[in-house]
Amino acid sequence: MAERNDRRAVLLIRRGTAAEAARYERFEVPYEDGMSVLDALRWIRIHRDGTLAVRYSCINANACKTCMALVNGEVEYTCTAKLTPGPITVEPLPKRPWIRDLVADTVPDDEKLDEEEEPRKRNGAR
Amino acid sequence: MPHLESDVLVVGAGGAGMYAAIAAARAGASVVLLDKSLVGRGGATVMAQMTVAAALGHQEPDDWTLHLADTLKAGRGLCNEELAELLCRGGPERILEMDAWGTRWAREGGHIKQETAPGHSRKRCCYVDFLATGPAVAGTLRRKVGETSGIRRISNVAVVQIAVKGGRALGAVGLSVRDGRLATFHAGAVVLAAGGLTRLYARNSASANMGGEACALALEAGAELVDMEFVQFFPIGHLAPRLVGMDPIMWDPFRYKLGGRLLNGRLEEFVDRYGGTDFGRYTATRDLASYAILKEVEAGRGSPHGGAYLDFRHIGEARLREAFGPVIDRLLANGIDLTKTPVEVGPIAHYHMGGIRVDGKMETRIEGLYAAGEAVGGANGANRLSGNAITEALVFGERAGRSAAARARSGAPPWEASLAEPSIERLDALKKGKGSPGAAWPAMVQSELQRLMWENAGPFRTGGKLAAALERIREMRDELPDLRVGAAGAYNLDIQDWFELRAMLLSAECVVQSALARRESRGAHQREDFAETRPELERNQVLELRDGRLCSRWITPMGRVEADRG
Ligand SMILES: Cc1cc2nc3c(=O)[nH]c(=O)nc-3n(C[C@H](O)[C@H](O)[C@H](O)COP(=O)(O)OP(=O)(O)OC[C@H]3O[C@@H](n4cnc5c(N)ncnc54)[C@H](O)[C@@H]3O)c2cc1C
Ligand code: FES
Repeated sequence: MAERNDRRAVLLIRRGTAAEAARYERFEVPYEDGMSVLDALRWIRIHRDGTLAVRYSCINANACKTCMALVNGEVEYTCTAKLTPGPITVEPLPKRPWIRDLVADTVPDDEKLDEEEEPRKRNGAR
Repeated sequence: MPHLESDVLVVGAGGAGMYAAIAAARAGASVVLLDKSLVGRGGATVMAQMTVAAALGHQEPDDWTLHLADTLKAGRGLCNEELAELLCRGGPERILEMDAWGTRWAREGGHIKQETAPGHSRKRCCYVDFLATGPAVAGTLRRKVGETSGIRRISNVAVVQIAVKGGRALGAVGLSVRDGRLATFHAGAVVLAAGGLTRLYARNSASANMGGEACALALEAGAELVDMEFVQFFPIGHLAPRLVGMDPIMWDPFRYKLGGRLLNGRLEEFVDRYGGTDFGRYTATRDLASYAILKEVEAGRGSPHGGAYLDFRHIGEARLREAFGPVIDRLLANGIDLTKTPVEVGPIAHYHMGGIRVDGKMETRIEGLYAAGEAVGGANGANRLSGNAITEALVFGERAGRSAAARARSGAPPWEASLAEPSIERLDALKKGKGSPGAAWPAMVQSELQRLMWENAGPFRTGGKLAAALERIREMRDELPDLRVGAAGAYNLDIQDWFELRAMLLSAECVVQSALARRESRGAHQREDFAETRPELERNQVLELRDGRLCSRWITPMGRVEADRG
């Protein structure tokens, strides 16, 4: 429920792609006790910048395990990392190729769509 | 543009999609299994925490016919009885197959343990401890998909169009989020298993990927939808205090294992007042409970966040820990001590009974286009029993995969590049960026749509509010070309959001239009201006697109058992 409050949390978010110089963007979001970092990222996408790239799916269940990022330098699920008034730094996972903003390449290799995908034989042959 | 060929294309890799892929592959088909998220992680299946209903008869004597009778009763006369029968008859085989594949169903004395859930007349609901049913089911299927030869998995591709030529489905066009480009998929048959639409609502239990794209894709491909007005609102979704890392519908197993009490803002029991028989232990069906809670709120007797209290203080710590061990600690970490304070709960959108209209082979009226899982409408009629949805995903998935493999064997018409044109044109227009700098962007409009649906097409509906919603949704559709999207390229979610929003608006329009036309209250569809159930409306509404316009008609529920046997 949206209660009126004037509290704010501050996030410093790594933006851009591997091809650009590192850039951090500062966002202020309304803050309530118990919020997760992902709550703040989703708020930013709706209210400030729809181009912010983040990866997540289940939002609350902590079941999909797709939402990992560096929160204040630690690898965390953004959906369970507690938001604090901050400033909190959020960056993509470090050991994976960087795609954009908070999205690193965590797709298993055999689940990627290759640019030059071999046309597969139809009718059973593999 | 990447182009893939396979016998069977499966769109959506939740429980239904993964089972479909396995079944198609073991019938000898080559399979491409696509998901806009990561395979096995994007939808509802991995999030489920409760139970799966199947008449195994392990806990006590049971039979699929009893499960069917319960399912039909909950469906308030609207079930497609052929589909309901398939679900109930097929459940046990799927549960046992999953058991053989390594799903660790909770056991007791050597057999699979089964509990009762509201509306089930027998102990028939299996689960995996603790609150891990969905992760266990998704994990088993993901592993099995990986081990099955013939399945090519692809993550991060969102299907934006089903390709149809001359009334025959022959593939799909997808948006690869990774690089912002389109890809085409040619197949002998397509299974749409892209899940439900509960993310259309501001209060929901949904993942990020449940905006009703399956229904929109099917409708645009020429298939029919059925029962779109029937959205199940889960009565006791978590409202407060803020709880992270746990699903908002986690309270159901608590209350049926332990007997939680549902109390209004004055700490009084109240479900009995609305025709339930609660006796201090909440066992009412979902639609009745939702109704009772919201009526209390309306009467000024709600909890502070607009719901009711769920109270376990009478249970005692020892029993709480015995039943939910580690979950109790997770709650404490969120500052919630059930022995001391009740939590606040209220209705949230949770499941969609309506969806794509299929026959007993899971085929739509478009040849070669199949559907499975929550995307399918009809099996559960006007209201779904707890535990029936995962069973539906597994049973229908297996069936759709098998049917699609058989269809693909007869070959598919050849691919033509022109089939992808509508999607190419849409993407090109977006990239040209007509949207002015001051314009709204897709995620923002999605959020507006969610609020609109919650306020105007939620658990309690009136003709006036529905009509207003319909008007606004149509405006929003007209505004789609003017939205602002960021530069194309790697992982631009704006573009994915735009295609998603386009589908969400179409699905939302279907829900609202059907809800407006159903001038009665039945099951999960409650009209404040038409409170009675009208026997003459014991009929299903079928929707189709004709020249871009949504047209509906009423039919007698399909597959009535009496009729079939008569
Ligand atoms: C929180 C929660 C708890 C639940 N608990 C239970 C329970 O205990 N028991 C029960 O019986 N039912 C439960 N349900 C309902 C049940 O989980 C679902 O009905 C069922 O899992 C649906 O399975 P599915 O495979 O049809 O869809 P999903 O599992 O939702 O999978 C659909 C997949 O399609 C993908 N997708 C969507 N759009 C596209 C697109 N355009 N292109 C490509 N991919 C796409 C999604 O990313 C997703 O991975 C629960 C639901 C929720 C939300
Ligand atoms: S969003 Fe699913 S685990 Fe974090």
